[in-house]
Amino acid sequence: MLGLAYEFDWSVLWRQPYGMYLLQGIWLTIQLGILSWIIAFLLGVFIGTIRVSSWRSMRFIGTAYVEIFRNIPFLVQLFFWYYAGPMVFGQTIQYRINAIPNLNYYVAIIALGMYTASRVAEHTRAGFAAISRDQYQAALSTGLTRIQMYRYVIIPYALRVIIPPLTTEFLTIFKNSSIAMTIGVAETTFMAYRIDAETFHGLEATTGACLIYLALGLGVVKLMGVLESRFKIHGLIGR
Amino acid sequence: MFDAVQRNLPFLLGGFWITVKLMVLALAGGIPLGILVGLGRISKKKWVYYPVTFYVNVIRNIPLILVIFWFYFVMPIIVGSPLDPFPSAVISFIVFEATYFGEIFRAGYQSVSKGQIEAGYSTGLTYAQTARYILIPIAVRRMLPSMITQSIITYQDTCLAFVIGLPELVRRATIVDTLEVRSIQLFGFVAFVFWITCYVGSTISRRYEVKEARGV
Repeated sequence: MLGLAYEFDWSVLWRQPYGMYLLQGIWLTIQLGILSWIIAFLLGVFIGTIRVSSWRSMRFIGTAYVEIFRNIPFLVQLFFWYYAGPMVFGQTIQYRINAIPNLNYYVAIIALGMYTASRVAEHTRAGFAAISRDQYQAALSTGLTRIQMYRYVIIPYALRVIIPPLTTEFLTIFKNSSIAMTIGVAETTFMAYRIDAETFHGLEATTGACLIYLALGLGVVKLMGVLESRFKIHGLIGR
Repeated sequence: MFDAVQRNLPFLLGGFWITVKLMVLALAGGIPLGILVGLGRISKKKWVYYPVTFYVNVIRNIPLILVIFWFYFVMPIIVGSPLDPFPSAVISFIVFEATYFGEIFRAGYQSVSKGQIEAGYSTGLTYAQTARYILIPIAVRRMLPSMITQSIITYQDTCLAFVIGLPELVRRATIVDTLEVRSIQLFGFVAFVFWITCYVGSTISRRYEVKEARGV
């Protein structure tokens, strides 16, 4: 069955310096995941909120943001910021950008954050939509002001409704961060590819990287399961 | 304004054609395999259920880019000679998308309430007839929006085959960019092509969702 003679060498996964490559890659993957998640969460909740605002121009901005960022592949967005960014900001700023160490690292975080924000915004909107009008009326009729209504009733409900989809998005962000390898961010996938370039044992390195993502994914799911059960509302049907 | 795009339009459109071909093949293989995966996920036979569930859980936790790499590295060992990136990309896409379509089919099947099936039996239909007239129509209607969404995601993901050197739209844009140094217009063009096609797709998907909500 095996056509090409291939000598497996699994030691590339722990032999130095390759083991160190992978460890550095994991650390960078976690950094990318968490930092871009913070951007995605803050921006996404904001965009999702203005999408349901009663102010028409705000609604338009929110909708435009979601429609643009959701309908373009993340790789294309990443390339756009990476290649076109310096041109957009002009030559003088290009030099200053180049002075920043690891420009591609920041580009990846911001691009990933902005891309995921469009998806978080959709979940946020769905979260607001899931709250029945009665809740608003009940809150207002007990004499709360509009700000208090949002603070004590609507936002706590909406947050709990959107936690499960946000869990999935948090998992997805780790997987999407692997695309940052294409602009030379040295995360796990990049390191697997680099090990291939140095040892020609890409299959072992890639399999190792797959196992790393698997472990990371299962870890995130465990973590989020704890979070979900802590924020569960008893009696909120179907959640 | 778009001079670099105009000069290289045939080259870029050739890349777009590869993108489309890859998507069509990925769907043509991914959906049938996905049906099998979905059937395996609802199977009561343990020796079917556990391997299929394992497959789905593993693949869904791995980034697509790694799946593409993995097949690109493993295919030469199986075939015996270095492989063109295209078949390798097609295989990895089929394997990857099948798990997502499989979950859509499972969810669609499980969303049909038991009462519907029992109603079918009680009116004297056989299992095959119940499936034919009740189960499948309801499940398909429920699945259609998420299937269109997943197809759009597949289409967007095709550009990841870039990493193994498949000369599709994004790769060709980068090639032209190294010659012309017109990043804004080239990647702007690529972004626009993807945006307009995906926007049309998601609009269609939304229309189906509205129909579903009305129960038509």
